[in-house]
Amino acid sequence: MDDLLCKALGQLLEDQCKPQLVRAIEGGESPAEFWGLLEESGFADALVGEEQGGAGLALRDVFELLELCGTYAMPVPFAETMVARALLARAGAHPPTGSIALACGTAVDKAGLRCAHVSFGRVADWALIQRPTEWLLLSIADAQAFPTIYPLDATLVWGPSALAAARHVPAALDVQVLQACVTAAKLAGALMSVFNRTLQYANERQQFGRPIGKFQAIQHQLSVLSEHAFAARTAAQIGCQASGCVPEILRVAVAKARTSEAALEVAALAHSIHGAIGFTEEFDLQLFTRRLHEWRQTAGSEGYWQSELGKMLVNLGPGLTLDTVRAASDPD
Amino acid sequence: MSALNSLTLTAIPSEDEALRVPIREFLTQKMKDVPACVRARSWSGCDMNFSRELGRRGWLGLTLPKEYGGGGRSPFARYVLVEELLNWGAPVGSHWVADRQSAPLILKYGTEAQKQFYIPPICRGESFFCIGMSEPNAGSDLANVRTRATKTEQGWLLNGQKIWTTNAHNCHYMIALVRTSGTADDRHRGLSQIIVDLNLPGVTVRPIRDQSGDVHFCEVFFENVQLASDALIGAEGRGWEQVTAELAFERSGPERLYSSIVLFDEWLAFIRSEPGNTPESVRLAGRILAQIAPLRALCIAVTGKLAQGGSPVVEAALVKDLGTAVEQLIPAAIANDLYCRDTQAVPFELLLTLNYVTQVAPCFSLRGGARDILRGMIARGLGLR
Repeated sequence: MDDLLCKALGQLLEDQCKPQLVRAIEGGESPAEFWGLLEESGFADALVGEEQGGAGLALRDVFELLELCGTYAMPVPFAETMVARALLARAGAHPPTGSIALACGTAVDKAGLRCAHVSFGRVADWALIQRPTEWLLLSIADAQAFPTIYPLDATLVWGPSALAAARHVPAALDVQVLQACVTAAKLAGALMSVFNRTLQYANERQQFGRPIGKFQAIQHQLSVLSEHAFAARTAAQIGCQASGCVPEILRVAVAKARTSEAALEVAALAHSIHGAIGFTEEFDLQLFTRRLHEWRQTAGSEGYWQSELGKMLVNLGPGLTLDTVRAASDPD
Repeated sequence: MSALNSLTLTAIPSEDEALRVPIREFLTQKMKDVPACVRARSWSGCDMNFSRELGRRGWLGLTLPKEYGGGGRSPFARYVLVEELLNWGAPVGSHWVADRQSAPLILKYGTEAQKQFYIPPICRGESFFCIGMSEPNAGSDLANVRTRATKTEQGWLLNGQKIWTTNAHNCHYMIALVRTSGTADDRHRGLSQIIVDLNLPGVTVRPIRDQSGDVHFCEVFFENVQLASDALIGAEGRGWEQVTAELAFERSGPERLYSSIVLFDEWLAFIRSEPGNTPESVRLAGRILAQIAPLRALCIAVTGKLAQGGSPVVEAALVKDLGTAVEQLIPAAIANDLYCRDTQAVPFELLLTLNYVTQVAPCFSLRGGARDILRGMIARGLGLR
């Protein structure tokens, strides 16, 4: 990874993606101004080929950029837009300006095309949608949007006339795999944020006359928390190991299964250590632990990806598990 | 947090990865008729002849300099070798400790004469070592060591007792952590490492049977054992620092990840058969794989740090704590999976292997440093202590 790029995006987000911005956009404010800053930075085209005007980086080079989107609980689909633009450009479809949400799980009925619980569906400009044999790119402005479980998400319905305007793109892979890859990287960032915040809190919060981090029980909880965070971050890096912009499903399955598993453990430990203040609205921890739960579910929970991974392993036929472990964990 | 942050995905260099081919060819032949419940013993299983054969093939002391009979290869080469040996369930227990940490320790701290005397036979698979750390009153509290070596005109006079010494009954030498000055109240100060020839008069080795019925650890008694002055390894009084550095080698290897892998592969073969395949078992297989793959990547990252001459003690503690958790999850989850169904369909060998691994599993998170000690070390690495 180009360290300078990473530092530049990190600084931009440190300055601009503050907790009050995350709260405001979650509360219904327009993300347009914030998105404008991101667009101006040029990072959204990092994965797009150089001949198409991008930076031509590989997925494995941008892991830390994707991770930063989780580190700052970014309330717009920036990581998703990065990979979607690259894949659209690769397919010869000129990527649109604006943000792109990823959508799997669609149904077609008389009303048109319905995508339930689209992650970032409320705040994105476009949706890249998985259909049985192809991708559709649709403008979210043309859809009817219904609130769903999470404030940044929406259930989107495109009527027949809107659907006629869809751009059809050959599918390079299942959108769910792409979303799982990106979400695992963002989970890594959010896990590390929760870890760092909890470590800091344990060093500052005094009880019984000393910082609670001096108590062995708290130290061991933090050790376990760090173990999960680091193992999950490694898994997320594995998920992004690809020399182009198309992730490998075996690695993605490892990444999403492990990060989702860690999300639950880390959120629980962080709240346990923080006590009551940690789950108040005004304390920032919740911005990150709520993301851990949301993203754990996005594009399939750990159980879904464990089953997928299990099928891949079982269907391989005789041979050592080691060879599958190597295929998943050796860097590209 | 800097120590942990610096762990990044590391590729095994291709010249080291290439070693996998001849090793696998050898192991495919060697292990094909060995039943799973024997292979499951892996680095607890001892076969002197097997160790010598590895020595003849140049696969012992792989990272040690050629001038002492070693292979002159990188830690990555040894990683590849060990990963294969463990996954095939090869009986590597005889030479394990000597190859993993005693020879590197002698290379690092020994005099030229000590290196020339001890290392070549280790590389030939003829000289086996054990580690004398724990004592009846010094387990996790290792600094409470009371075994004492007193300076005499001829060298050192050794008195005391070690316990839980893995494989002492099959070894020629012990590298023991002993007190050479002060008292137990002096804690880390006044400790030294000495090499004890276990055939000397005054040494008594008494094997202890474990709950699986195997004998792998021992009590070792020292009664006025006269040692020469060159029994001391490294600097007098620096035993604690030396032992701590050694622990990075002891804790970060793939043996902290693959202790149950023979059982997992045996179970997987059943899950791949029609009577064995259930949605729950497929999901469990994926759950284990999702835990092992990133840990292997971390293991290799730590190997990379060792290759650069670092001593990644905190990182090694993290890998070991997580790795042994997977090692213990495997028999527990497989038992639950298999005994959810009519066990008549389950191969007897699989149940036997499961029973063995279930019984030895408690030691996975004890040997090489108990879970709570490791978590304390991680907490120190996080700056909490």
